[in-house]
Amino acid sequence: MKILLVDDEEELVSALAERLGIRGIDAEWVISGEEALLRVKDGKFDLAVLDVKLPKLGGRKLKKILQEKCPDMKYIFMTGHGSEDDFQSISNEVGKEYYLFKPVDIDDLIKKIKEALHSH
Amino acid sequence: MLKPKFWDYHDTSPHKSEHRFNFRRIWCLTVLLIAGVSLVPLISITLIDYNVTEQSIESDIMLRTARLVSNTQRSISFFITERRSALDFIVRDNTFESLTDPARLAALLDNIKKGFSGFIDLGVITHGGRQKVYAGPYNLEGRNYSKQNWYQQVLDQGVYISDVFLGFRKIPHVVIAIKRILPDGSFYVFRATLDTKQYNNLLHNLEMAGQGDAFLINHAGILQTPSRLYGKVFQKISLPVPGYAPKTRVLEGRGTNGVPLIIGYRYISNSPFILMVVKQKKEVMETWLNTRMVLIWFLCISITIILIVTLSITTHLVNRIHLADTKRVMTLHQVEFTNRLASIGRLAAGVAHEINNPLAIINEKAGLIKDLFKIKKEYQNDEKIIGLIDSVLSSVKRAGTITKRLLNFARHMDVSIETINLKKVISDVLGFLGKEAEYRSITVNLHVADDIPLFTNDRGKLQQIFLNLINNAFAAMNDGGHLDILAKKKKDKYVEIKVSDDGCGIPESLRHLVFEPFFSTKQKKGTGLGLTITHRLVHEIGGKIALESVAGKGTTFTITLPLNTKKNED
Repeated sequence: MKILLVDDEEELVSALAERLGIRGIDAEWVISGEEALLRVKDGKFDLAVLDVKLPKLGGRKLKKILQEKCPDMKYIFMTGHGSEDDFQSISNEVGKEYYLFKPVDIDDLIKKIKEALHSH
Repeated sequence: MLKPKFWDYHDTSPHKSEHRFNFRRIWCLTVLLIAGVSLVPLISITLIDYNVTEQSIESDIMLRTARLVSNTQRSISFFITERRSALDFIVRDNTFESLTDPARLAALLDNIKKGFSGFIDLGVITHGGRQKVYAGPYNLEGRNYSKQNWYQQVLDQGVYISDVFLGFRKIPHVVIAIKRILPDGSFYVFRATLDTKQYNNLLHNLEMAGQGDAFLINHAGILQTPSRLYGKVFQKISLPVPGYAPKTRVLEGRGTNGVPLIIGYRYISNSPFILMVVKQKKEVMETWLNTRMVLIWFLCISITIILIVTLSITTHLVNRIHLADTKRVMTLHQVEFTNRLASIGRLAAGVAHEINNPLAIINEKAGLIKDLFKIKKEYQNDEKIIGLIDSVLSSVKRAGTITKRLLNFARHMDVSIETINLKKVISDVLGFLGKEAEYRSITVNLHVADDIPLFTNDRGKLQQIFLNLINNAFAAMNDGGHLDILAKKKKDKYVEIKVSDDGCGIPESLRHLVFEPFFSTKQKKGTGLGLTITHRLVHEIGGKIALESVAGKGTTFTITLPLNTKKNED
């Protein structure tokens, strides 16, 4: 199980990756969409946790591009913002339950990751 | 009771620049204008008609009086002329010798009495004034008239018609005397006496309206015939003798007691008489006065009706304007209120957004520290540090819950119809007011029956409704009060939500005003729009709102909402 964390807040994403590592989940992190695209080339990820608001390449756009490259990848969205448009479209794409509001409880996140990976 | 609603209306709007109507002024102006344009022409026309009619009736009365005087004068004049001509004829047809024959004179008297009414006697007076021959009922032969006034006059003028006088015989009579000059230069006077009964009858039988009176006077104002109101024969009339005029004249005058009179008169030519017809103006004008009363009544009734109609229509219309204006102002306030609420929502959402990221970082960092400590054996059992980190994490969790709720609330602000979980909506609202309740130790009890299904409605409006109602309930309660919110299903198609407080309550007398705009018991603290807007919102989402209240015990608002579950089924 390999997970990619994408968030422009380096402090957040690095700590989160480390915590997941402690819990036995192999997580890599990047702080931009572009970097994420580069990372996907060399390693296969089972799941990506995307921030909705990313500079330049936003979370939703990133997901579309990633989906073409790796059709089997699962997605969980994380956001500090609550715009109605994002909520509606993301809920439609990945389901309401995979749209998490920051701050996220680590146990909740792990639960969602497991659910997402076992959903098919 | 009759006072219209707008009368005591005072502008409570804090924005003085906002254009507002002065309803009392509008009302007064409209009433004055309508009443003015309808009453002024009506009154003018009535006045003009009144004057014109009065004048024409007056002149008509004048004309009629003049005609009467003229006609009567003609009769009297003719009466006298006829008799004078008859005497003229006798004098010319008979010689002095035959006239002085007593038998012949008696025959003449007899004949003339048969031919003309009014003759009493005939006499021939020779020079020296002695009555030589006399035919008639009195014994007047040999009487000397030389000292009498009329005798002198007949000598001067040739013909003489006397005033009415009593003479030797003490009966009113008139004398007609003709002087005849004989061929030898000597002369005699032929004298006849006429009964005045004739023209007494003539005048007496005139038909006259208005206590009319017709009589003859001489130039000195002595009555020649009896009058009804102005004295007996030979008395001086109480009216002034009118000045000489060659024709009939009619004038207005006043009687001794100030009664207005219409006086018509005519000097009868070749006689000492003046014919007078006197009418009392008031009596003559009576028919017109009656018409005038009808006219005045009509005017009064018309004015009353016009005023009533004007007042009621104006009041009605101004009331309508007032109502429309109240609605307009209310809508303005509502828009303002909603806008303010929305911008507060946006602001809160913005703050929540900004805070969420640092919170997330704190969350992860603290989590990591905790993880690290758990791995490293040396800190594993340090309860204190683990406790500190746990409290940081739990605080972050609390802050996160608040920002999440705020975002959730703000996100639903502008959204219209969606699926509603009633319990969640009310809980969300209570979430905001929970702190206030806690500080004021208000016990809030929310019970939503489990059988209430999800239904579709406008979440934003529902939130606003509950926010308003709960806010009001809090304002009405003292610290330590109780707020109960109970929701249950009603007749399968409706949900009934009761919001009850044990606050100050609303007195019976004010209860009907509660939903009126700008009514507030909070003095300056409230806009008086909260419940008005709530009422409107409830109606907008198809519900009903009712109010029960016991002053001093508390208030219960009951909202009944339809359960629209159609959308939910698909």
